Amino acid sequence: MLSADFFYGMEVFLNGLMTGVMYSLVALGFVLIFKASGIFNYAQGVMALFAALTLVGFQNGQVPFSHLINAIFGTDIHHFGWHLPAFLAILLALLVMIIFAFLVEKFVLKHLVNQEPIILFMATIGLAYFMEGFGDLMWGSNVKKLDIGIPQGGNFWIEENTAFLGGEDFYGFYLDTLDIYATVIAIILVSGLVTFSQYTKTGRALRAVADDHQAALSVGISLRTIWVIVWCIAGFVALVAGIMWGSKSGVQFSLSLIALKALPVLMLGGFTSIPGAIIGGLIIGVGEKMFEFLIGAPFLGGATENWFAYMLALVFLVFRPQGLFGEKIIERV
Amino acid sequence: MKLRNVLLGAVAAATIAGPALADLTFPNLTYRTGAYAVNGIPYADGYADYMALLNERDGGIGGERINYVECETQYNTEKGVECYENTKGMGSLVYQPMSTGITYQLIPKATADGIPILSMGYGRTSAANGNVFSHIFNYPANYWVGASAVVNHLLDINNGNIKGKKLALVYHNSAYGKEPIRTLEELAKKHGFKLSLLPVDHPGQEQKSQWLQIRREKPDYVTMWGWGVMNPTAIQEAANIRFPMENFIGVWWSGSEGDVLPAGESAHGYKSLAMHNTGSDFPIYADLKKYVYATGKAAGDGTSSGTVLYNRGLYAAMLATEAARQAQSLTGKKIITPSDMRDAMEQFSIDEARMTAIGLPNFAPSFSVTCENHGGPGLAAIQQWDAKAQKWSLISDFIKTDSEVIGSLIAEDSAAYAKENKIPAQCS
Repeated sequence: MLSADFFYGMEVFLNGLMTGVMYSLVALGFVLIFKASGIFNYAQGVMALFAALTLVGFQNGQVPFSHLINAIFGTDIHHFGWHLPAFLAILLALLVMIIFAFLVEKFVLKHLVNQEPIILFMATIGLAYFMEGFGDLMWGSNVKKLDIGIPQGGNFWIEENTAFLGGEDFYGFYLDTLDIYATVIAIILVSGLVTFSQYTKTGRALRAVADDHQAALSVGISLRTIWVIVWCIAGFVALVAGIMWGSKSGVQFSLSLIALKALPVLMLGGFTSIPGAIIGGLIIGVGEKMFEFLIGAPFLGGATENWFAYMLALVFLVFRPQGLFGEKIIERV
Repeated sequence: MKLRNVLLGAVAAATIAGPALADLTFPNLTYRTGAYAVNGIPYADGYADYMALLNERDGGIGGERINYVECETQYNTEKGVECYENTKGMGSLVYQPMSTGITYQLIPKATADGIPILSMGYGRTSAANGNVFSHIFNYPANYWVGASAVVNHLLDINNGNIKGKKLALVYHNSAYGKEPIRTLEELAKKHGFKLSLLPVDHPGQEQKSQWLQIRREKPDYVTMWGWGVMNPTAIQEAANIRFPMENFIGVWWSGSEGDVLPAGESAHGYKSLAMHNTGSDFPIYADLKKYVYATGKAAGDGTSSGTVLYNRGLYAAMLATEAARQAQSLTGKKIITPSDMRDAMEQFSIDEARMTAIGLPNFAPSFSVTCENHGGPGLAAIQQWDAKAQKWSLISDFIKTDSEVIGSLIAEDSAAYAKENKIPAQCS
């Protein structure tokens, strides 16, 4: 019989995979926007936060801007008094993200066509801070519980049915049910995105814009429409990421920092590949968890995951600067 | 001519609108934005509302109005130091940095500038030795008191014997989170329990590795020195691995409503340390409603009123303003200086009669400060979360902690600091 330590190693590996999926959910939003418009969207983490705040706000019947309304009119209103079903709240939150995409295109991107990528990047920094403040003003800054009915906690069935594997010292595999749901959702999401991109007219237009803006424009594809569509999809992905991460630790302003977890994934998987975001997430998730389990916690005092993820990405970057699946850019004089 | 008039008008307006130099200035280094805003906001609201209450109800302190100045740090040490530099020239009487990192940076600066610091329940623990740290105060409790209170609670529930038990410390991997380690190591030697250390990197949203380790090693108890999103994430992860909540005890910075609410019912039974009582069932709240909330002078939207961190903000402001009141009494002056404030803080005392008069009966222990002891009474209580009622309740009295172990550690650490910085004895 294999030792309990071996199975605990396997447990860490499996949890690394699941954590990697959670990272990939965030990285996907970055990839979608970068692929279609060449913009590194600094605001992607804040979009996840804003989407989650909006979802919880609708679900709980919270009055938007209530603090502001009360301060101006001397009222004392906070809630409408209803509680929306999760599905309806998700649809409304998605609608808000679509409106947001239109507004971003109309008030920001439209004015920055043909600008340098660094200008567009800086615009998204401004957008991120604006959205953070706007979200605070709209929904308040207190911690909010997000519950759309996805169960969480160790899965009993898996735990009980695997406990026999490693003898008395092994308690069965621990897998968080929420992470299992996240994996299924990520598979559906990626399949949907790939299908949309490969088999629909709009998807082909998106790919055409991604390949060559000028050529796409010359055959009559509207760049502005494509940007709106891409930001809508990125908003949807942000909503999914916000739901999964918000369910884990509540919806609060540090939720936007999940973007930090997506950066090594992007460095590793490439900025232009949807499969790259998934594979990159899995490698980073497994890599950081296994390193912490085998070396970090026993020999280095722990807390190695943050820097190890970046170091791992850096190693890949040295040997493959475009990332695992990214497109190699060759500019000829 | 027009321009001249405009300029003169602007100067006049600024003179009227600006704080009078005679005001008693209390700066507050807050973090209403950033990753830790969720904790910073209720504390800042409580602090600001108490100051507003004194101004509105009493006309300030001893007839002098309070000039309350907020400066945003985002819980960032560099910004905190910048705030200090920008506000110290305003006649600031005392600083309460609300961050261990900022406190560490301000210790030499504030000492050189002659401005006292009150790091209530955070900061450098050995600053409790007033013989070395003349301008730093950390009453009514510090981290080593907290560590000892956790161990004393474990002794209480194990009939005084925790030999062979396993205690895991899950901590924020920062100066703050590392503070209790030394004390817990000493207490582990003394009581024979096994201590394991599990650091969590900022901000603490991903703790799977730490909780898988806890599941493997099966400690009897877990204690946490967390802040911000690290707290609810840890509580949720503990619930996920079905760790018994009554065996999970956080420090006083890991025991607010925002820490437990996201985990819902599964947070039921979670415990934390407390340096003051909980809830809004205190007479001061009637005055707050009348003079602050109803008049539109409240700092926040009212949602944090009565929460643990709001109460801590009230308590911090009360301790600062009571010291100012005592400084006025000691000097016979209405307008006091930071030096007067420091002297008063070194002779500070508060009892139940005064707390009752303030509107906070049975809120926190009575204590006195001396030149040698800037740390206060070394008392802490245990509070527990009731998820059904959605409220915290104290489940113990304010209990004494291990002054023998803590005292020797404070002496050792402060002596090393004094030697390194060539500080002579401050108390004669």
